[in-house]
Amino acid sequence: MTLRALKDAAITALVALGLFVPLVGLRTDVGPSGELVLRQRWGDVVILVALAFVGRLALLGWRGWRGDPKPASAARTEALRKAGLFVAPVLLGLAVLLPFIPGTGRYELDLGILVLTYVMLGWGLNIVVGLAGLLDLGYVAFYAVGAYSYALLATTFGLSFWICLPLAGLLAAFWGVLLGFPVLRLRGDYLAIVTLAFGEIIRVVLLNWVSLTNGPNGISGIPRPTFFGLTFSMSGEPDTFAGFFGIEPSPVHRVIFLYYLILGLALLTNWVSIRLRRQPLGRAWEALREDEIACRALGINVTTTKLTAFALGAMFAGIAGSFFATRQGFISPESFTFIESAIILAIVVLGGMGSQIGIAIAALVMIGGFEVFRDLDEWRMLVFGGAMVLIMVARPRGLVGHRTPSVVLRERRAIGAEHVAEGHG
Amino acid sequence: MATPILETDTLTMRFGGLVAVDAVTFTAQRDDITAIIGPNGAGKTTLFNCITGFYRPTGGALRLFRDGAPVELHHLAGHRIARAGVARTFQNIRLFPGMTALENLLVAQHNTLMASTGFGIGALLGAPRYRRAQKAAIAKAVHWLEVTDLLARADDPAGALPYGQQRRLEIARAMCTDPLLLCLDEPAAGLNPRESEELSALLRMIRDGGCSILLIEHDMGVVMGISDRIVVLDHGRKIADGTPGEVRADPRVIAAYLGEGDEGEDAA
Ligand SMILES: Nc1ncnc2c1ncn2[C@@H]1O[C@H](COP(=O)(O)OP(=O)(O)OP(=O)(O)O)[C@@H](O)[C@H]1O
Ligand SMILES: [Mg+2]
Repeated sequence: MTLRALKDAAITALVALGLFVPLVGLRTDVGPSGELVLRQRWGDVVILVALAFVGRLALLGWRGWRGDPKPASAARTEALRKAGLFVAPVLLGLAVLLPFIPGTGRYELDLGILVLTYVMLGWGLNIVVGLAGLLDLGYVAFYAVGAYSYALLATTFGLSFWICLPLAGLLAAFWGVLLGFPVLRLRGDYLAIVTLAFGEIIRVVLLNWVSLTNGPNGISGIPRPTFFGLTFSMSGEPDTFAGFFGIEPSPVHRVIFLYYLILGLALLTNWVSIRLRRQPLGRAWEALREDEIACRALGINVTTTKLTAFALGAMFAGIAGSFFATRQGFISPESFTFIESAIILAIVVLGGMGSQIGIAIAALVMIGGFEVFRDLDEWRMLVFGGAMVLIMVARPRGLVGHRTPSVVLRERRAIGAEHVAEGHG
Repeated sequence: MATPILETDTLTMRFGGLVAVDAVTFTAQRDDITAIIGPNGAGKTTLFNCITGFYRPTGGALRLFRDGAPVELHHLAGHRIARAGVARTFQNIRLFPGMTALENLLVAQHNTLMASTGFGIGALLGAPRYRRAQKAAIAKAVHWLEVTDLLARADDPAGALPYGQQRRLEIARAMCTDPLLLCLDEPAAGLNPRESEELSALLRMIRDGGCSILLIEHDMGVVMGISDRIVVLDHGRKIADGTPGEVRADPRVIAAYLGEGDEGEDAA
């Protein structure tokens, strides 16, 4: 046992050595007179390799001590479900009250808006990935479509935010259907690759179609949202928010308004997902994730069912996109890179595919944590990568891996993660 | 009595050079249990996959007689065949393991339920029409859970049920689509003798309820006990077709099938 572990750790160290010699051991720097000099850092390599060796040994030791991981017992799954019932209202209450909690300033509200945007995106993508089991790596494309739809409609035609919001959602859904039609015949990895490419294509088009999108310079001067026609300007006129309600004008009003706006939109996403999950359409999505062939044998039109999931997910991304545009006042293709898709997908997977509360917590921890640890600079990515790996090792099905039945005859009991399928595309 | 429910006409399915189903012509009568037997690899499952639209036949025709008028199944997409009234179970069970038994049966009623949702909007807002449809769907599911003796497991995930119960749940799920023709691929495989007895009783009950059955089975006790008619395949060809008594006495069947019967039954 110990010998095996030592051998295993030695192999790990060897692999680490092979990796770190070129990556860390050799480094080119610009010398004093502008020429390249090769610097050797063998000390660092030794430290890293030793770390890999010790780390692997510790991991093996821990595994041996803990024994084989067993699926969470029914009782534990059940306890977790009950805890979720309790945590969800608390989190919701906190979210609603946040602007009034003493000590909440501009920074906290901005962070709250950011987190809620990702919560909404996570819930939207959850329809596609978590419920229907379709791996979509290009989700940010629909976010971009929504953002540009609002920006262009508002700056060219002067349409108001409240008209553009549903329009942006519909346009994104339309693109979702357009992409979905040819693509949804593909399964698993192939679907993932094509959606990934689609996300990049949209970004490249936005970059290069300069006459429409202004290319890399982006679109600026996007109208800010109004409170049912009342603007948030500082002038205090009767047609502004502050003037109408007779309060002191303050820049925080707009931030609070934006905060509640995204909270409302996120909750709408949540409400629709939860309602749909208990209905034939949502059940068909989950059935599709579990077994597509059985669905076909039951007379379910697999293509249209997948398309509705794709379109609905895209719609919520589009709505979130137009919120993003109105909040920033400026958008450019920079904001819609692949890393955004990856972050949203990570939120869904880490939170537990299909679980609303799990995704909310994952978004809070990931996005909030990302901001809070800003001081760590480049170590931030490393810390988060490590944290994600740890979560996936400890809870391979995400924070909340169990599934709650959509309909019950007698008593509602959670379904353990070991039974629930991830879907194959 | 003798009105047909399903007719295959020189049905052929080729995989490259292999002819898995070779010009098979037979008729299944309404309100009958028609068994399809044959040694391993005879092409029984392939025949089912053609009937239920998972494979597009290379040649020949398939007709389902719905209210007397024939429906040409070989032209329809898979999900349309199911909607036309052909339900099936799979040789290797295909339930939705992460969903409860009740949910499995509700997914089977997707199309009727969807029709009542008003493009999802009505259901989203809780329209009464949808609520009534949902109630009726649950009632039907409960009926089939009762019939298959699974009512106590209604809220358990299908993946957690023991093997025999999973087999029964798959039959219940197929029945929830209100089929005219139920196609069962080796429903007795892996069952103990008592469960096989119960299965025979269940299948008789389904037939007497007005649903014709097409049955692939290796368990000769079940086949001979409940079949009204037996079709025998060997290497993709139909080699016999008749009542259980006739088939049992047919020398070609004895040569092709019962000769290898020991092996076949062991494998099952
Ligand atoms: N998709 C396929 N591609 C190629 N060959 C196939 C395919 N499906 C089935 N076959 C071949 O067709 C023949 C018939 O297979 P089939 O599964 O229909 O037999 P079966 O009668 O159901 O046998 P069993 O009793 O073992 O279930 C076999 O030789 C099989 O290898
Ligand atoms: Mg077979």
